[in-house]
Amino acid sequence: MKYAPHILAERAVKLSCRDLWKVYGAHTDTFTDAAELKASSEKAGTLAALRDVHLDIRHGEIFVIMGLSGSGKSTLLRCLTRLVEPSFGKIMLDGVDLMTLSPKDLMEVRRHKMAMVFQHFALLPHLSVADNIALPLRIRGDETSQITKVVSELTALVGLAGMSERLPHQLSGGQQQRVGLARALAGNPELLFLDEPFSALDPLIRRELQDELMRLQARLHKTMVFVTHDFNEAVRLGDRIAIMKDGKAVQTGTPEEIVAEPTDSYVASFVAGVDQTRVISCGRIAAPARPFPYDVTVDGRKKIIEIASLVAGAHGPVGVKDASGQVTGEIDAATILRMMSVTAAERSAS
Amino acid sequence: MRGAATLTVLRDKRLWAAAAMLAALSAVSSLVPWTASYPAAWKLPIDDVITTWLKYIVSHISPVTRALASVVQLPLDLVTALLVKGFAFNIGETHIELPALSWLGLSGLLVWAGYWASGFRLAALQAAGCAYLLLFGQWDGAMLTLASVLVCVPIAVITGLLVGVLAHARPSVNTWLLTPGLDIMQTVPAFAYLIPTLLLFGFGPVAAMIATVIFAMPPMARVTALVLDQAPQEIRELATMIGCSKRQAIWRILLPSARPMLLVGLNQTVMMTLNMVIIASMIGAGGLGFDVLRALRQLDIDRGFVSGTAIVVIAIMLDRLGAAVANRARPDVEQAPGWGQSLILPLGWLLAATLAGVWIEWLAKFPDALRLSTGGVLNATVSWINVNFFDAMEALRIFTLKNLMNPIKFFLADMPWLVLAGLVTLAAYFIAGLRLALLSVLVLGFCLVTGLWDKVMITLYLCLSATVVSALIGIPLAVAAARYDALYRAANVAVELLQTLPSFVYLIPVVMLFRVGDFAALLAIVAFAITPIVKFTMTALRTVPSDLVEAGQSMGCSRFQLDRLIRLPVALPTILLGINQAILFALAMVVITALVGTRDLGQEVYIALTTANPGRGLVAGLCLAFLGILIDRMFRAGASRLQHTTTAGAA
Repeated sequence: MKYAPHILAERAVKLSCRDLWKVYGAHTDTFTDAAELKASSEKAGTLAALRDVHLDIRHGEIFVIMGLSGSGKSTLLRCLTRLVEPSFGKIMLDGVDLMTLSPKDLMEVRRHKMAMVFQHFALLPHLSVADNIALPLRIRGDETSQITKVVSELTALVGLAGMSERLPHQLSGGQQQRVGLARALAGNPELLFLDEPFSALDPLIRRELQDELMRLQARLHKTMVFVTHDFNEAVRLGDRIAIMKDGKAVQTGTPEEIVAEPTDSYVASFVAGVDQTRVISCGRIAAPARPFPYDVTVDGRKKIIEIASLVAGAHGPVGVKDASGQVTGEIDAATILRMMSVTAAERSAS
Repeated sequence: MRGAATLTVLRDKRLWAAAAMLAALSAVSSLVPWTASYPAAWKLPIDDVITTWLKYIVSHISPVTRALASVVQLPLDLVTALLVKGFAFNIGETHIELPALSWLGLSGLLVWAGYWASGFRLAALQAAGCAYLLLFGQWDGAMLTLASVLVCVPIAVITGLLVGVLAHARPSVNTWLLTPGLDIMQTVPAFAYLIPTLLLFGFGPVAAMIATVIFAMPPMARVTALVLDQAPQEIRELATMIGCSKRQAIWRILLPSARPMLLVGLNQTVMMTLNMVIIASMIGAGGLGFDVLRALRQLDIDRGFVSGTAIVVIAIMLDRLGAAVANRARPDVEQAPGWGQSLILPLGWLLAATLAGVWIEWLAKFPDALRLSTGGVLNATVSWINVNFFDAMEALRIFTLKNLMNPIKFFLADMPWLVLAGLVTLAAYFIAGLRLALLSVLVLGFCLVTGLWDKVMITLYLCLSATVVSALIGIPLAVAAARYDALYRAANVAVELLQTLPSFVYLIPVVMLFRVGDFAALLAIVAFAITPIVKFTMTALRTVPSDLVEAGQSMGCSRFQLDRLIRLPVALPTILLGINQAILFALAMVVITALVGTRDLGQEVYIALTTANPGRGLVAGLCLAFLGILIDRMFRAGASRLQHTTTAGAA
């Protein structure tokens, strides 16, 4: 289940970054002056992994950072957590600039507000499922009785009940990442960082865990920052997506905005591989309504694929309602058919 | 192709410059006498200075060190009493004597430990080992040795862990202090630092123990630093993200998750401890090493052999047990039977057997009537061999001396030091650049000004001869082993066995058959140094990427061509590292062979030991260490350059 964009728009910003830069190989690690930084990043021998990134990640959304390898998406995630120290910029979490925190305060923030899920799970091989999940709580010194309670709840929540005494190597990859998810949730963080969490899994298991993540999100409403190189995964999971290229966020928006209006050919090349009828809502492709009543009307926020059979079965065009229930447009079978055939052609070409 | 490569080498101007420099150097050395052989009068009295300083320091801090020694003495006494001697003390008027732990109880404990760690086969091995020690009357000696090991290992492990953590936490300290320090601790022959420890801590078991700890600690420190530095990035990020403090990250995340690796390091530490305990027992720790040495001196071949075998037995028992425990800690290994988990059973058995020993005498002391003896058979065998095969053995000895050893010896001894030093330095420069060349100048300069040049040459001659012989035997053996599975398995077992043995053991059979002298020393060094060559070569050949081999096969290579054109070139860097290891092993063994009368740096160290002259011993020891470090750096640099060319070619 996802939140419709118009609801999200009203949500408060949870995590944001401004003027975020990461330059490797420069004469210094951090800069105080943006101009100096910009000059430095253009010198030979330096590598600007992040260039002037601005992002606003809102409360309770799954924000996907999507890009190919080398695009800076992992660096961005690590800068947002300060696992990698940014060269310049601000990272605001709940109005506090993380860059100004002392190591001790940062440690407290990490203990209570953030958690991370790793591509290769990062489970400790010598600890059982239960002990792995309990680890963050033990590190921050929670009470034993409390830990036991949380751990048993979480093992059940991620579908590992009865496996709590197993060791990681006795689990399948999908089960291991379930442990990784449970461990990230253990400290009841507000913010989850997921670094290509499903890339190391088989396609079927990947899908299963994507569903699992959406199920969890429907219950827990965490703010998630999700890194992936798979555009389909981004579209499937993301409330909003930022597309990274050469250290820049080239486009940020809802999946539909990106699919319908890619800003450049780079983004368009990803979009080509996506079944647009699943992403684009019918309101977006509707023709202006004509002034006569429609027998059948549909909700304009529905995806094309959802209304396709209805339109195909109708006699003549179908009316399309906007968010307020007003019929503002119409759509006919030919439009939908054209949309589907374009998508199919692009997908077979890509 | 090859012709073109040679041509480019010849066109390289640096090569001509180098040749010109060497020619100039040899011209100089033939004109100026002191550049050919370094005048004895110019020797810097570094050794005397060290001795004076050490004696001065010792005279001022010896109360402290001796007090420290008595603190360390306590656990040693305790363990020795537990295992061998029993307790005797007075409370008021009453004299109380408590027995040592019963042999039956201790063997039971060892057998149980074997079963717990791995299963029935290891239990049987432990039982057989105990039976040997008991039946041949080596139990007490073995327990004395074991007592030292038991006390030294925890100290070495804990210091090793702490040093390793420090090395990880303070990289600058690590680069400038710890890494070179650990290098030197491992390459300076143990004999050499026995002397200052003797001065500081007095003659006896404690000095031996402290030297042992110094010797056995580096592998643990290295493993610790290694697992911390090379921990998977995600695990390190995890530690940060769940908000670990630095201390929590190290002690609660990184070290525990690397437990199997750490236990491998622990096992290494145990084996090094045993090795050193055997050597140190010659300076008064008592135990098996002392028994062997005494027997060798009295030319009592039977007793020497029995005690020597006891060392082998105890080394195998400890090594297998340690390896099994390390393996057991790997989470992905199926756990051994569960009832063994409880400690009550074996400890109860130990106590019961010991208590029963108070009344039943044969439980306290293994009955003499059951003892076996070799009854002089070995003595007779050795004499028989010496009588009947004397000609063949002598022929072999003379052949080797004449055709291999003497040419190397005369080459090194006759070459002016200036030319040789120039040659080595230029080689170092070509292999790895200016820094290594500088190191070579410093090392060779040190050997020169301490007046030890001639002894260094003898040492090098023994090492080089041994390495050549090892390579001549080892590489073909390894090539064959890499090809035939049965031979590969057999060679693996043999290599593992040979590597567990304390270096001292190698001397025993050699001296029995070839008496003392350079050839006997050569054989002992070869026996010790051949293992890394065989192991590295075998592994390198076996791990050549199969797609390369398949490519060769599809081109229609014969098996011989496959070896010559594909496997050997790809494996060459690793084989070089094996040879490097062999040279280092040989350097370490040279000191031990001083016991059979060679005239090298080892002898220098040994004389210093017997005359309690720490400066002389340390200087000679440092010479050996520096040589070792120089050779090691040169080989590694060379191997990694080769690696680049082969991987570039492969890719």
